[in-house]
Amino acid sequence: MKLGTLALKSALISAVTVLSSAAMAGTKVGMITTLSGGGAGLGIDVRDGFMLAIKQSGRSDIEVVIEDDQRKPDIAVQLADKMVQSEKVDVLTGIIWSNLAMAVVPSVTAQGKIYLSPNAGPSPLAGAGCHPNYFNVAWQNDSLHNAGGAYAQSEGYKDVFIMAPNYPAGTDALNGFKALFEGDVASEVYTKLGQTDYASEIAQIRASGADAVYFFLPGGMGISFLKQYSGSGVDIPVIGPAFSFDQGILQAVGAAALGVRNTSQWNKDINTPTNKAFVGSFLAEYDRLPSLYASQGFDTANLLLSALETASVSDNIGFRSALKAANFTSVRGDFKFGSNNHPIHNVYIREVVREGDIFTNKIIGKVLSDHGDPYSKDCKM
Amino acid sequence: MTFVLLAEQILNGIQFGIMLFLMAAGLTLIFGVMGLINLAHGSLYMIGAFSAAAVAGMTGSFILALLAALTASAAAGALVELLVIRRLYNKDHLDQVLATFALILIFSEGTRWIFGSFPLFLDIPDPLSGPVTIPGGIQYPLYRLVLIGAGLFISIGLGFMITKTRIGIQIRAGENDREMIAALGINISGLYTLIFSLGAALAGLAGALVGAIQSVQVGMGEPVLILAFVVIVIGGIGSIKGALIGALLVGLTDTLGSIFLPELLKLVTDPSTATSIGSSLSSMAIYILMGAILIWRPTGLFGIKP
Repeated sequence: MKLGTLALKSALISAVTVLSSAAMAGTKVGMITTLSGGGAGLGIDVRDGFMLAIKQSGRSDIEVVIEDDQRKPDIAVQLADKMVQSEKVDVLTGIIWSNLAMAVVPSVTAQGKIYLSPNAGPSPLAGAGCHPNYFNVAWQNDSLHNAGGAYAQSEGYKDVFIMAPNYPAGTDALNGFKALFEGDVASEVYTKLGQTDYASEIAQIRASGADAVYFFLPGGMGISFLKQYSGSGVDIPVIGPAFSFDQGILQAVGAAALGVRNTSQWNKDINTPTNKAFVGSFLAEYDRLPSLYASQGFDTANLLLSALETASVSDNIGFRSALKAANFTSVRGDFKFGSNNHPIHNVYIREVVREGDIFTNKIIGKVLSDHGDPYSKDCKM
Repeated sequence: MTFVLLAEQILNGIQFGIMLFLMAAGLTLIFGVMGLINLAHGSLYMIGAFSAAAVAGMTGSFILALLAALTASAAAGALVELLVIRRLYNKDHLDQVLATFALILIFSEGTRWIFGSFPLFLDIPDPLSGPVTIPGGIQYPLYRLVLIGAGLFISIGLGFMITKTRIGIQIRAGENDREMIAALGINISGLYTLIFSLGAALAGLAGALVGAIQSVQVGMGEPVLILAFVVIVIGGIGSIKGALIGALLVGLTDTLGSIFLPELLKLVTDPSTATSIGSSLSSMAIYILMGAILIWRPTGLFGIKP
């Protein structure tokens, strides 16, 4: 009896699978991203940008399965297994954090799935651990920090205080900064990940006599630091990557961020028709300005759509070369893939300004042109 | 290492400790008197910060924002006590941990549902912003000095309430023998609701005060909660005095450790190794402190001897 039910069940299940795969001859995309907890704003923006591009394409043959990883590597791994084995997706995307990407990407690409990264770009996946099925549409982690170093250099700073959380991306950030900065480092400080009070670091900055501060403190950590820094009376200029100045958190920082210079590969005032159309339609659809993360989600979906125009996902080799051609117009302007499937793009310096009631960024110059990453030489594929 | 930097760091440590005390005081009262492990204490801290940010955004008044934080977190505390916690007094600690952990998830997702996923803005009121120069030539943010003052004022008030007032006597009696004070005709369930919402109000106040210099976002209470537990374990569970001393010890150890350990290590090794080992060691410093104190006094500094 039990055996009978079981057999019936599995017959039913396979019938359903056959039916659904017949109905859905198109492409199935699995998106694993952070939709709850402290970092949810980033995942929501990536998802909204991605879905906006899918909607604008008008294609009904693309199915997107979205799951929340809660910023936990173990959950991300479980979701990836589920998406590969039971949902049978063709393409995976969505992960925000480098530690989650390191846990998921090598295994899904080894199982023959395509992975398109809309955010995290850890150095191992750009160097020796690169894979022909893995494409990063955002940046390699060092990219914006390289630009930070180059900008500090071009501004003539001689003695810079640098600070980041004590975790792998933090170490990468400070090394990325030092790569293109030739002056002295006044002090190199590693804070606790998730730290909320920076009084002690600010006192060190005050005592250091540095002529500039470079900090990498993504999300809430950056909000706390900037509010406390502006109240401390220390007036040494600060520079940071876009992660502490994106559209999602600037309103929470408020006037404390005004005038701060930050590096980014995208901004809403990049003057191309594609970008203008993206900013306008995102605002119309979701009633808020897009962030850096939304632009990356939008680009990721458009890259996928462009590849689907010329190849089918079932033809792995053909689809990969269609992706590599990057035959789409990125909202950031010029975009192509380097030999390790990571972007070669321009990086800009922006300044935080107030437009009416809203705090946002304005591009004030280009720091790096057609910038790749130093890890591509280690990538053999 | 100049005198000014040292003095500034000591002030930072005291200020951090005072904020921890506001969290730990409520937690230790609830644990000490009711024997309840309340993991959702961090959510009450978050509720305080969010209601302050919402009211400050609507009215522009920081005083109203603080009142809103106190009211909202006390009300949330009373509600939680009446609906959920009341059923847990006779259960073991595992049930309490499970139920209050569920409350964390409910409060976090509820807050996201109401306020969205992006951090809110809450700023220091203008008269309190900017630095002041205090004797010795130390420049220090005025708001942080006010925080130290407010925290000390609250701790004195709380100490007075516990030792000198009738309600304080009832609380202390409840800590020692709850059946006996019920037999003496004191409304024990009313007393419990009161203590719980008092603890919640303290957490909410801390959330609102700290929210002005930090990030008001979902999940902001959990990191503080862990430190608050360290504080009450060091101070001795149930002791307000212990919570104050424990909070100051943790605050000073954490702040001074993060600056002096890397400096000390630089004397014996090269700067980059010193920085990385020093920052790892300073993250551990308060737990090492807790371990050392527990070896010396297993029930904490002011804990009741078994």
